[in-house]
Amino acid sequence: MIRVENLTKRYGDLVAINKVSFQVKRGEILGFLGPNGAGKTTTMRIITAYMPPTEGTVHIADFNVAENPIEAKRQIGYLPENPPLYNDMTVYGYLDFVADIKGVSRKDKKKRIDLAMEKCGIVDVKKRLIGNLSKGYRQRIGIAQAIVHDPAIIVLDEPTIGLDPKQIIEIRELIKNLSGERTVILSTHILPEVTMTCTRVAIINEGRIVLEESLDKLSEKVQTAQNLFLKINHWDREVIDKILSIPAVSGVDESSSGEFIIEPKDGADIREDLSRMVVENGWGMLEMRPITHTLEDVFLRVISTEGE
Amino acid sequence: MKTVITILKKELKSYFSSPIAYIVLVVFLVLSGIFFFLYLQSFVGSQFDPRYQLFREKLNLNEFVIRPYLGTISIVLLIMIPLITMRLLAEERKNSTAELLFTSPLRVLHIVIGKFLASLSLFVAMLLLSGIYVVVLMAYGNPDLGSIFSGYLGLFFLGSSFLAVGLFTSSLTENQTVAAVVSFGVLLVFWVLGASTDAESSIMGYLSIINHFDNFTKGVIELKDVVYYLSFIFLGIFLTHVVLDSERWR
Repeated sequence: MIRVENLTKRYGDLVAINKVSFQVKRGEILGFLGPNGAGKTTTMRIITAYMPPTEGTVHIADFNVAENPIEAKRQIGYLPENPPLYNDMTVYGYLDFVADIKGVSRKDKKKRIDLAMEKCGIVDVKKRLIGNLSKGYRQRIGIAQAIVHDPAIIVLDEPTIGLDPKQIIEIRELIKNLSGERTVILSTHILPEVTMTCTRVAIINEGRIVLEESLDKLSEKVQTAQNLFLKINHWDREVIDKILSIPAVSGVDESSSGEFIIEPKDGADIREDLSRMVVENGWGMLEMRPITHTLEDVFLRVISTEGE
Repeated sequence: MKTVITILKKELKSYFSSPIAYIVLVVFLVLSGIFFFLYLQSFVGSQFDPRYQLFREKLNLNEFVIRPYLGTISIVLLIMIPLITMRLLAEERKNSTAELLFTSPLRVLHIVIGKFLASLSLFVAMLLLSGIYVVVLMAYGNPDLGSIFSGYLGLFFLGSSFLAVGLFTSSLTENQTVAAVVSFGVLLVFWVLGASTDAESSIMGYLSIINHFDNFTKGVIELKDVVYYLSFIFLGIFLTHVVLDSERWR
């Protein structure tokens, strides 16, 4: 559905993004993850044909954005970082205007607008002036604007920024419901958002894609090596040696006195052996828990190794 | 064409749903009314002035009321039109609605023309409403309608050229004040360019935006003046298009 190849954007000497390539298939929700200033917005602006890349190509559903921008734009609904709203219009009037410039036919227009308003939960403010509405509503009008012409591709730049927690949950639900037939790209620097809404993740840092994978595969990878955290009320040099003597243990790290991180061999469950050993030696068990790698760890690892 | 009308409608709505259009219209009508009254008063006064008795034959409404009135209106327009055009593109950029417009399946040229036509409509409304003073003249006197018509046509061309410049400067910045000040500056430069010469004698004289207006107020519609204004408008729209198109390519 979306094919991005070797995208590079330079502003003078500053390289905003560097040889970014990725693909998104129909029906996928791609989370575009990266710290602030990593090049997320630049990439999205290029995909939506707001600005051209210095090098590289973007294909939107078989249309080359550089060669056929009008057709490519027709496929896209785009919510920029700041929702593009006219404060002197009513909500309905605004969506009517957007439907017009997106080329929605006169006969479908009313139906489309009503549907978009319903999906985004803004029916009750449809006659209000946009300038008088709160940030949460404005954001939702922004999303309604992006879906009003029923585009095949929806590009959302930080859709949940500046919302309260309840609104964030609603917007995430909304995004999930949008997918299906549609392809969604959303950018964010909030990790849980990706795990909650996306099926695929691309991590970008300093203008480069450092990881691109489906979320299922990624969480599998993350879960395989389950390290254990052990805290005991005892400190001795022998402790490490003794723990290492358990056959299924491949490594032990002492993080501070009495606290250990134990790495089992592939897939082995060492909790029983370990707890028995602690009790038998009278070390005084204080805490034992598995350390799950969250996406956060992956993210931090990926972007910090990249920085070196 | 449909998209041009969509943009035009949206711009007109935003002119008339905010106080801008009403304030512009009221201020313009009040100012032009005051000047019209002053010129008319001095004309009436000179009718009874013994010093003018010798050439009473030469006193006529067109020479003593309409021409100075049109000249004054052109100065009022010089000041007011940058205020009408300043928001056209600068505001879109400031509110990041430019991102909506330029990621929609529209041609940049259609956006530019739609915006130009919207400001032109407001300007034409100003001219038409100020036509009421002409109606007053016709009720109480017998002015030469032909030269009034050509004078208003001249104002139309002059104002449209101002609009084209204003639209262009509005495309350069996201700050409305900057847009207004720059367009006023550019217009004033074009105005005074040929102040010491007339249109026939030098390039400067030909480039001056006000020299071409003079013929219209005399009741003369010359092709070279019409061509001058049309190319001025075309250049403004073209440059706006170039700015909008190229800015995103940097």
